[in-house]
Amino acid sequence: MGAARSVRLAGSTASRRRARVASVNVALAVALLSLIVVNLCVGSVQTSPLDVLRILSEGSTGQTASQVIWEIRLPRVAQAVLLGGALSLSGFLLQTFFNNPIADPFVLGISSGARLVVALTMIVVLGANQVMDSWMSVGAALIGSLATMGFVLLIARRVRSQSMLIVAGVMVGYICSAATNFLIAFADDQSIVNLQNWSQGSFSGARWDDTALIAIMVAVTVAAVFALSKPLGAYQLGEPYARSVGVNVLGLRLLIVLISSLLSACVVAFAGPVSFVGIAAPHLAKLAIGSSRPLFVIPTCFLAGAVFCCGCDLLARMLFSPVELSVSAVTAVFGAPVVIALMLKRRSFR
Amino acid sequence: MTESIRPAAASRPALALHDVSVGHTERPLVEHIDLAVFPGQVTALIGPNGSGKTTLLKTIAGQLRPLSGSIELCGEDLQAMQVSKTARIMSALFTGRPRTELLTTKDIVDAGRYPYTGRLGTLSDDDEQVVREVMEATGTWELRDRDFAHMSDGQRQRALIARALCQQPRVLLLDEPTSYLDIRAQIDMLQLLRRYARERGIAVLASLHEIELAQKAADRIVCIRDGQALHQGEPSEIFTGPVIADLYDLDRSSFIDAFGSVELPRPEGRPRVFVVAGGGSGAAGCFRELQQAGIPFSAGVLHGNDVDGLLAASLAATVICERDFEPISDGAIERAKQEIRDCGALICCLERFGHMNARNGELVAYAHELGQPVFPSAKAYLDSLNQ
Repeated sequence: MGAARSVRLAGSTASRRRARVASVNVALAVALLSLIVVNLCVGSVQTSPLDVLRILSEGSTGQTASQVIWEIRLPRVAQAVLLGGALSLSGFLLQTFFNNPIADPFVLGISSGARLVVALTMIVVLGANQVMDSWMSVGAALIGSLATMGFVLLIARRVRSQSMLIVAGVMVGYICSAATNFLIAFADDQSIVNLQNWSQGSFSGARWDDTALIAIMVAVTVAAVFALSKPLGAYQLGEPYARSVGVNVLGLRLLIVLISSLLSACVVAFAGPVSFVGIAAPHLAKLAIGSSRPLFVIPTCFLAGAVFCCGCDLLARMLFSPVELSVSAVTAVFGAPVVIALMLKRRSFR
Repeated sequence: MTESIRPAAASRPALALHDVSVGHTERPLVEHIDLAVFPGQVTALIGPNGSGKTTLLKTIAGQLRPLSGSIELCGEDLQAMQVSKTARIMSALFTGRPRTELLTTKDIVDAGRYPYTGRLGTLSDDDEQVVREVMEATGTWELRDRDFAHMSDGQRQRALIARALCQQPRVLLLDEPTSYLDIRAQIDMLQLLRRYARERGIAVLASLHEIELAQKAADRIVCIRDGQALHQGEPSEIFTGPVIADLYDLDRSSFIDAFGSVELPRPEGRPRVFVVAGGGSGAAGCFRELQQAGIPFSAGVLHGNDVDGLLAASLAATVICERDFEPISDGAIERAKQEIRDCGALICCLERFGHMNARNGELVAYAHELGQPVFPSAKAYLDSLNQ
């Protein structure tokens, strides 16, 4: 009798939470869909939503409107969705890893490290009159991410305070950015055009073959993160407790480093460094569902990142059209206040 | 005695350490530890700060490698065991507090079911039942939906103990389980741990700072100091003689075995007032008041194992004692009178005298004879000093 009641009662709390998670996810999905449609409609060639639907159902034809939607806007919005989600998840992983709410690939300097290696590779490859393909940029970005991450980990072992870790990460980021700017200054004209645009952070110039590669990489890593949600949940209680319930802590830490680096490498390789999404989106996702249990947070986190990036890319394109802003500038405007709010809220940062 | 209470099947230790040395670096902090914890038994680790209790527990929990020696868990070598298997046998409470955000108390306790849940870690009805049972037993069920980060230290401590219990361990490691808890919660928690140990045959190894609780709640005590397990034994063996006083570098008379408690050191100097007490009248508002006011005093004539006799032995400069169960002898009276002459004032805590201490009345009369002030309580005496 008591037992049956207990299960029902416990169940009601759990089901209330599940209902909340579900409604948040539905709301985010609706927001994402509408943003995608708006993204497809708005631009130098205005298209009505009905026309967009017609063009999409017809498939790619030679007409200008169709070309604009299929070849420019659709791959761009697809990349914004995928990379936004990836960035958000990467941030969530790093926050869990460092048990620090304002860790993300941008703040910790990992994006900048990746960017430096990509820029270096680009200059070398273009200098040799070769073509830089997507695989090469991803590979270079991954090497840069892992190297910077390794450096940040070395620092993290020595500093105990959360704020010191962030300061160290920001410094690493500055050093890498300075080196990149140095490279750009001395690169030849042809490279500069390529570098300048990309190194600010932008989804423009998205191509389908890149998008396919991104989709595969993001799908695999997201699936991997979701599969890790159980040990990640145990890890949130701290290393000793994770260990005591049977988590292979070393293995998990390695996987987190690898996956988060891969996700941020993917973003940097195709869109350049995009700031603050990795902090703002996971935080807003957690607040919305009122829980930080990875099983619930991971899908919501991905959706929130996608919505955030999609919205910011839309603003980047629209605000001063035809001049296009870097998406990183827009994400910073919306993301930085969230970070400041987090720092003020957290006692440990004072 | 403990031997006969222990179930026959449980004669094999659940946790055994053979010549183990532990430390954070290559240099051992504690060496050559031999230790066996039996199912259903509570073993307490006591010793001064920094003696290595936590390091020892961390090593057993697998966070540190033992520098030498071997650890056996239910007859198997711990080093060779898979962590997933260890997790079903042993759970732990550490002193570090998880820093969480947006996790409820129940989320924390749920985490203890990790070794038993499936791929995604969702709890089955059976898991839910275990969690609820443990949370009700630890008084955390009412807090289940509260954010863990926003609870008091004591509430968090109880939730973490619930977490360790719902892992359904056969060996439970607890690093200072009573810290942050108020006295009532400490007693409830130790009572609960004893009950779980007894009913479910859990072997409990806990470090305790409150030695008086260790004396009362543990079946065995292990004293750690100076890099070794100095003494091991049942509380009755450890809490006699100078073991505890030496373990913590206390003055030998300031630790009272019978109470399991420590008194502040006695005031220095020649006694200034003589206290006539007995039957607990000195303990109930005289001896400690004088000690706190910093006034050295003598007490008499007391029976050595009367509460007052035991307490006065810790606090009074001089104690005039009579043998237990004997009426006060001439010799004791003479020594007491000598003391009274030296003191110059007298406090008589007693309103009436019985057969055994009837002659204490002579001491009061003697003080009157000498023209010394006689006070009915320490308060009256201290007030007179302040005037």
